[in-house]
Amino acid sequence: MPLLDVRDVTVEFPTRRGVLRALDKVSFSIESGEILGVVGESGAGKSLTGAAIIGLLERPGRIAGGEIRLNGERIDTLAAEPLRRIRGRRIGMIFQDPLTTLNPLYTIGRQLTETMQTHDRLSDADARRKAIGWLDRVGIPAAAQRIDAYPHEFSGGQRQRVVIALALCAEPALIVADEPTTALDVSVQAQIITLLKDLTRDQGTAVMLITHDMGVIAETAGRVAVMYAGRIAEIGPVADVIRHPAHPYTAGLMASIPSLEHRVPRLRQIDGAMPRLDALPTGCRFHPRCPKVFARCRDEQPDLLTAGATRAACWLHADG
Amino acid sequence: MFARARDSDLAYDFFHAPVAMAAALIGLVLILAAFLAPWIAPHNPMDVASLSLMDSFKPPIGMDGADWSNPLGTDNQGRDVLSAIMYGLRVSLTAGLLSVLFAIVTGIVIGLLAGYAGGLTDAVLMRIADVQLTFPSILTALLVDGVITAVLPRTMRDALQLYVIIFAIGISLWPSFARTVRGSTLVERNKDYVLAARVIGVPSWKIMLRHVLPNVTGPVLVIGTLSLGLAVIAEATLSFLGVGLPPTQPSLGTLIRFGDDFLFSGQWWVTVFPGLTLIVLVLAINLLGDWLRDALNPRLR
Amino acid sequence: MFGFIASRLLQAIPVLLVVGFIAFALFAYVGDPVNMLLGQDHTEAQRLALVRQLGLDQPFFVQYGRFLCAALHGDFGISYRLAQPVGALLAERLPATLELAVTASVLAFAIGVPMGVYTGIHRDTLVSRLFMTGSLVGVSLPTFLLGILLILVFSVWLGWLPSFGRGPVVHIGRWWTTGFASWAAIRCLILPAITLGLFQMTLIMRLVRAEMLEVLRADYIKFARARGLTRRSIDFGHALKNTLVPVITIIGLQFGGIVAFSLVTETVFQWPGMGLLLVQSVAAADIPVLSAYLLLIALVFVLINLAVDLLYYAVDPRLRSRR
Repeated sequence: MPLLDVRDVTVEFPTRRGVLRALDKVSFSIESGEILGVVGESGAGKSLTGAAIIGLLERPGRIAGGEIRLNGERIDTLAAEPLRRIRGRRIGMIFQDPLTTLNPLYTIGRQLTETMQTHDRLSDADARRKAIGWLDRVGIPAAAQRIDAYPHEFSGGQRQRVVIALALCAEPALIVADEPTTALDVSVQAQIITLLKDLTRDQGTAVMLITHDMGVIAETAGRVAVMYAGRIAEIGPVADVIRHPAHPYTAGLMASIPSLEHRVPRLRQIDGAMPRLDALPTGCRFHPRCPKVFARCRDEQPDLLTAGATRAACWLHADG
Repeated sequence: MFARARDSDLAYDFFHAPVAMAAALIGLVLILAAFLAPWIAPHNPMDVASLSLMDSFKPPIGMDGADWSNPLGTDNQGRDVLSAIMYGLRVSLTAGLLSVLFAIVTGIVIGLLAGYAGGLTDAVLMRIADVQLTFPSILTALLVDGVITAVLPRTMRDALQLYVIIFAIGISLWPSFARTVRGSTLVERNKDYVLAARVIGVPSWKIMLRHVLPNVTGPVLVIGTLSLGLAVIAEATLSFLGVGLPPTQPSLGTLIRFGDDFLFSGQWWVTVFPGLTLIVLVLAINLLGDWLRDALNPRLR
Repeated sequence: MFGFIASRLLQAIPVLLVVGFIAFALFAYVGDPVNMLLGQDHTEAQRLALVRQLGLDQPFFVQYGRFLCAALHGDFGISYRLAQPVGALLAERLPATLELAVTASVLAFAIGVPMGVYTGIHRDTLVSRLFMTGSLVGVSLPTFLLGILLILVFSVWLGWLPSFGRGPVVHIGRWWTTGFASWAAIRCLILPAITLGLFQMTLIMRLVRAEMLEVLRADYIKFARARGLTRRSIDFGHALKNTLVPVITIIGLQFGGIVAFSLVTETVFQWPGMGLLLVQSVAAADIPVLSAYLLLIALVFVLINLAVDLLYYAVDPRLRSRR
């Protein structure tokens, strides 16, 4: 049984011009301790998938179909209170911008102890001791002194370390990391990724790593899901997806990454832009931009089909 | 992305906002009643010759001794309350609209100047605006009114009082306009096309008029509507305090002040009906302003 | 901390000087004090004597300096209308205005903040909509009209509460009079305090609601939710504390508004405070009272701003560390 099982999840936003389907039958699973990368352009539905899993879709968005199971237990239909107890304790989340994700008026120690004490019976002294331990583990120097400092007294990279400590401190089995390094200096990005990787490995925590940076995924994740216009275009082991992309969109995405190994004459780009949700094409959502488009693509929407070592939503693999 | 999909479409919004439509309708009725008063009011309250003390203190419809020639009753001089309200509404709306217009023009000019000139001019003008914003507008209006009244020769006071009030209220309302306009000016000033226009020698005032003003119509409209509510209240308050418009031009505030004297002798309608009219007018304006602000600023929903 | 207060006070000095200058310009150049004080029948010698006595023959800046000096000692000249020292007139009325303003503020704050928090958290419930609609009526209701309607209902029709004056007051020390000492005087305070407080209450409610909505959208609130913190802790801890930072400023400034609107309330209820004095002075073009009132109000505003800054300092750690 996988740790997390997402099956045919559909997310809709009712607007006054009709219902927008922002996620369409998204299915994937994550095993214990595994790191799954999720890539795609902004607006492809990566963050929305994360929000749906942790039960924090913003109104008026709602899960309109499918199911989400954690250790076999359905969590998408839970009431507010049991869902709250899952958040932080069993599924943690890391956000993009550490400058805005920490409450500016609370000391970081208070934010840590409050989180732990919400989920576990801990005396104040124990909670404080554990909080210092966590700050130490995420690499905050002189943790015992800095625990009473406010967020603004830390640098951006240090704050993201604090955010990671906050997400991990109640020891969840799964972390949804939504672009954890995008807002950071390039020099700090690698450190944060390494920290996240090491800590989750020690702890046996699974990670759903949302990013648009294929490089990060290649270094960190075991499998990768490529999203396009609210659907999964391709999912499979990172090495296979990078070397033998089965979906033309993945192929285009890989070709646009500069690489030292395979010297590409110049960066290739996929023509056109991802369609808006209120103007989706018929058939395969990628077909207007697809270099290998054929008749069937215009009429029928492909589901994930086995394509070698990966699975791709592309009619090219209909026979596979 | 979703913001774009439900991009604000003012007319669509309006016809799906029953409260805004009701407010607009009521506002329209009041405006028509005010400006058509000389033709549709049942009596002319300014015509002293037509008044008869025999008719004084007639109660409104629904009470003993009322009749349909004075549906809302009469005051101590036999003046028809309904007609007085229609004429008073006219004075109140005129003073309110002109004050806001004055504030808008002043605010735009100062805002453009501050935003475009920058430096010391900007700092000084905005400092003044800040100080004035923290100062309650009714107090500003009252003090300005008091000072001008003291300066003017006694004989000219009544004739100029309307303009004094418009100036006093307008001067208390300009800073919010100036701030908004200055903000947009700062944003636009540094855009490439403005720089390009400057390089090829288009005069700066032309650039400002062409590129900055269109960007501020939305916010100015919102602040203007909400300011109109404030201006109408301010005028009514000043008139109620007895430092506003002269009794020869009774506004709603003046009517309420007259009626206040008869509260204890039981003739409540002389003051309550003008009061209700004032509340309905301001409420309609504020509802429209509120809706307009939300409609033009989808983020706030 | 000390440096912070000192720098704030230093910044206030130019503001006070400018306001003082305006007040002085009013005092010295608007109307003719000599004619006002002497009336029509006077000799040239009397006039010159008064001019010298008032220092009007001195250069401009000497006069300004003297004016400021005198003002610092509480000497604002003689009221044209009442022929009494302005300082004493204002001092006599200050307690009445302050007691009214403070009661109204406490009322507005104690009711407005919880209502704002409630409507911010439960934005779509029936009660919230009711509060919001009610608050718009409150904002649209001119203070003087509210006072009149309250008098009509509670004094004229029901006869429950007095409609004017301050009731029997008790002297405390040399300068202060209080209406909190007897039930009769407290009864007098009820209607004016509601009249004065209601507008501010609706304003505070709408403001707290707007800030609350803004804060509830913030990333740190989302992160707090994602960590499974309880709603209670998020709404009344994380969100409310962040809401209070901007709200403090505006509420502080609103106290200025309360002092200003007290003049309307005082007129409606014939409350013997500074506002009533000001309105009577404006009507009579009594410039010395106007200029003194202007200075006094500016001082009140400066003090309020200082108090707001100190509160800010206490709430927001970002300010403390910058120093």
